[in-house]
Amino acid sequence: MAADGTLVVAEARPAGHGRASTLQRFARRRSTIAFLMTLPLIAIIGGLVAYPAAYAMYLSTLNRRMTANIGLGNFEILLENDTFRAVIWQSCIFAIGAVVAKALIGFWLAHMLHAIPAKGQRKWRGMLLVPWVIPPALSTLGWWWMFDPSYSSINWILNIFAVPSVPWLGEPWWARISVIMVNVWYGSPFFMIMYLAALKSVPDQLYEAAAIDGATGWQGLRYVTLPMMQNIISITVLFSLIVTFANYDIVRVLTNGGPRDMTQVFASYAFQVGILSGNLPRGAAVSLFMFPVLAIFAYFILRGINRRNKEQM
Amino acid sequence: MSATAIPASYTGRKLGSLRSERRWALWVAYASLIIACIIFLAPPFYMLVTSLKSSAEISNLSGNPWLVKAPTLENYIELINNPLFRGFFWNSIIITVCVVIISMVVSVLAAFALARMKFWGSQMLATGVFLTYLVPDTLLFIPLYQIVGGLGLLNSIWGLVLIYPTLTVPFCTWIMIGYFASIPKELDEAALIDGANWMQMLTKIFIPVALPGIIAATIFAFTVSWAAFVYPTAFVTTPDQMPLTIGVVSQLIRGDTFAWGQIMAGALMAALPPVVVYAFLMDYYIAGLTAGATKG
Repeated sequence: MAADGTLVVAEARPAGHGRASTLQRFARRRSTIAFLMTLPLIAIIGGLVAYPAAYAMYLSTLNRRMTANIGLGNFEILLENDTFRAVIWQSCIFAIGAVVAKALIGFWLAHMLHAIPAKGQRKWRGMLLVPWVIPPALSTLGWWWMFDPSYSSINWILNIFAVPSVPWLGEPWWARISVIMVNVWYGSPFFMIMYLAALKSVPDQLYEAAAIDGATGWQGLRYVTLPMMQNIISITVLFSLIVTFANYDIVRVLTNGGPRDMTQVFASYAFQVGILSGNLPRGAAVSLFMFPVLAIFAYFILRGINRRNKEQM
Repeated sequence: MSATAIPASYTGRKLGSLRSERRWALWVAYASLIIACIIFLAPPFYMLVTSLKSSAEISNLSGNPWLVKAPTLENYIELINNPLFRGFFWNSIIITVCVVIISMVVSVLAAFALARMKFWGSQMLATGVFLTYLVPDTLLFIPLYQIVGGLGLLNSIWGLVLIYPTLTVPFCTWIMIGYFASIPKELDEAALIDGANWMQMLTKIFIPVALPGIIAATIFAFTVSWAAFVYPTAFVTTPDQMPLTIGVVSQLIRGDTFAWGQIMAGALMAALPPVVVYAFLMDYYIAGLTAGATKG
């Protein structure tokens, strides 16, 4: 990508006598400068991301008091634990349910936003992005209050339509749905804005050509929009899967894992085991369970982005 | 970003049969958007309504909970006069300012080097930066707890200042690489011929030209460090060192009788800075949001 300016200059004047050598020295020094400029970044990535990741792997092989190495003991204990198996299930239900709902709602809203006249779009977009802007830990407090067993304002509305009150955070399945609902509320605007950006990049001529060929609106969506947006859709979905899979804020504020640990996801369970119960090695093991899944998603995101870059070049 | 795409409705205008179809589509669009807006804005609206109620009105079960009969600012006034809450705000401000400055300096320097000066491993490093962005905070908070503890920075805002850049720097660097790479090479060649050194090239050409990108990255760093939740929850337990997010969540909730009005007022005040930034700089905010996938 970066065909560097200096090299071009140096090659353009091979015959410049004293000049060439200074330029060469400059070029040699350039890599030193570049290295110095990236040094803080390397320090942050190496010291605060790569090293902790390696340290987590080491930590997860220790016993509770960190005095002896027990190999994969923590992982074995966890896998035999019923609560932890429930955590695996709940994390998958939570991530997949929330991401599918977010993707569909985001896709729908992006289309609706794209369908109205351009000058009104800004205003609507501004309002629809508000859930994404409020820090999730704080907006979840509002949801928590809306789900309050005796004062629930959502139940109040349901009661108007003669629907019985729902025990939002009291029953395991309702609690699971509530947690997903809040995540969908928070994350849909992100999908909407990504899809809208992608929709705007589809040239109008393609739709005109399709219309001339007699394509219906549905066919236009199926054969023009989806292929054109395929890459962005997959990048956004994979990215959101990572973030949702590793989500902590919403579960912590809304249910704190309850009722009966039925809404614990990896992150909140790792927190409970590692920090609150003080078993750091086992907590590290819990979060490391996320690692393979995240690595697979990350691989596909990277592939999607590289492919996209090649298309643009 | 500019909303230039003309809806396909103009092409269908002439055809009579398509006209009613278009109008119908428009109605569906507006209806969906109105419903979505109501659902999306209901929680913040309800928080606002609750924050304006007195405790007596909140506990009164008769009547519509979505309306406020006797609005009062007592919850807000009480919070503003609460030194603990002011401390949360102050901590959040200190942390965010430090983190934004650190992230921007680190990421602009690194992005400049990665976008313009090819050196051994630069491509690998750029990929590594992106991968780091994909590492969620919940994966690393336990080893970081040990590391921060080893440095003696648990229960201190400086521990958070040290750790937060891991959340902001990778993405900021990534979008700055995209912006810098889009600057035409002729500009730096011209600068080099005029005898500029690398630092002058960065400050006189790259930073001014890529200013929209820098604003977008700054907004990103600001919102992320303001909203960070996992790290302060794990590393800070003494109230006087807490930033707003965990402060509001853990300290305003006491015992069995929740002061809901105050909790909502606190949450709203804590959410105000990012919302204000968003309201005034929406285009940059969205540019930063979509840059991850549409640029780079």
